[in-house]
Amino acid sequence: MAPVKVFGPAMSTNVARVLVCLEEVGAEYEVVNIDFQAMEHKSPEHLARNPFGQIPAFQDGDIVLFESRAIAKYVLRKYSKSAGVDLLREGDLKEAAMVDVWTEVEAHTYNPALSPVVYECLIYPAMRGVPTNQKVVEESLEKLKKVLDVYEARLSKHDYLAGDFLSFADLNHFPYTHYFMGTPHASLFDAYPHVKAWWERLAARPSVKKISANMPLKF
Amino acid sequence: MAPVKVFGLKMSTNVARVLVCLEEVGAEYEVVDIDFQAKEHKSPQHLARNPFGQIPAFQDGDVVLFESRAISRYVLRKYSKSAGVDLLREGNLEEAAAVDVWTEVEAQQYNPAVAPIVYECLIHPAMFGAPTNQKLVDECVEKLRKVLDVYEARLSEHSYLAGDFLSFADLSHFPYTHYLMATPYASLFDSYPRVKAWWQGLASRPSAKKLSADMSF
Repeated sequence: MAPVKVFGPAMSTNVARVLVCLEEVGAEYEVVNIDFQAMEHKSPEHLARNPFGQIPAFQDGDIVLFESRAIAKYVLRKYSKSAGVDLLREGDLKEAAMVDVWTEVEAHTYNPALSPVVYECLIYPAMRGVPTNQKVVEESLEKLKKVLDVYEARLSKHDYLAGDFLSFADLNHFPYTHYFMGTPHASLFDAYPHVKAWWERLAARPSVKKISANMPLKF
Repeated sequence: MAPVKVFGLKMSTNVARVLVCLEEVGAEYEVVDIDFQAKEHKSPQHLARNPFGQIPAFQDGDVVLFESRAISRYVLRKYSKSAGVDLLREGNLEEAAAVDVWTEVEAQQYNPAVAPIVYECLIHPAMFGAPTNQKLVDECVEKLRKVLDVYEARLSEHSYLAGDFLSFADLSHFPYTHYLMATPYASLFDSYPRVKAWWQGLASRPSAKKLSADMSF
């Protein structure tokens, strides 16, 4: 069986979201870089994979997908049985719902609070040469603290977000949190001991360590 | 079996997202109002259901959920077989992926363009007496046009977003689009005939018509 293809730079957060799932299920894959400088993301070839001209895109035979969370779920559904993992829990109504709840929380609550800090402190200075917008950072950190209050309470009751089992919900937090730990605000997590311990468990996973190696904190 | 409970206001977009799925599977449900004026959304009882103090929240026996898309998936998984519908297609890898792709597109591309238009033109004036931020609306209209370009191409190939079958991806678009149609920007869809036809098909479903009656600001 040919390796599946993931289109986009390995250091991209949303590409990494897919890659960590491929690693967890031990699937064979190939990362095909997309050259943004050369506007390759807007080329007809790439728009045929992702009509919004974004990354990642994905190909498995004649199946072509985009949107990292959709791709990741496809990967987990396809390979989980043979890999002996169950990160979506779709066989159990209640567990699957808990995975979905905390996956949605990452997308709609955690990420909007945390990612501006990553963009302002790391990405924009490196890629656009612009200074950090401190006001955006301060506002985001205030929002993030309130989010982490909820996470601390949750992770005081369960080892992982969906319950006492690792799931897709936890893995979704890896890419942006990895980069957050490269900003001057990483120490925010020290005030949330259960969140910090949960993050350290995730970061220690072989899949996460392997993908992190291609995600340098200095751009 | 006791009806499931949805906590929140019927006019709320994210509550309606859950309700349209409940209607499609013919499940019995009860909407329990949350009184925002009285800060009920920040009460200990409600925070126990939704720790972020938002709506909707949901209860089915001892299952308590929040986040409208997660609740909707639970409803569709639980009731689909008995209702004879298949809006998630989880039995088919490729179809399920297509449903997920276009559900993500609604959340990540469509909604960020449409929601500010709805908030600025309808919700802020009606609920807060606030004026419309026209600059923001104009920027979102431009974003929305580019998104609709993609939708027009997609819906020229298939009758629905995930393929030639109605799915959760299509239904996810109902609440915010319903309100967009009450703004001056409804006419945007006239330039996108396939999108317009797709929308009219959704809006004319019994589920959508029933809920629309309670959705106005």
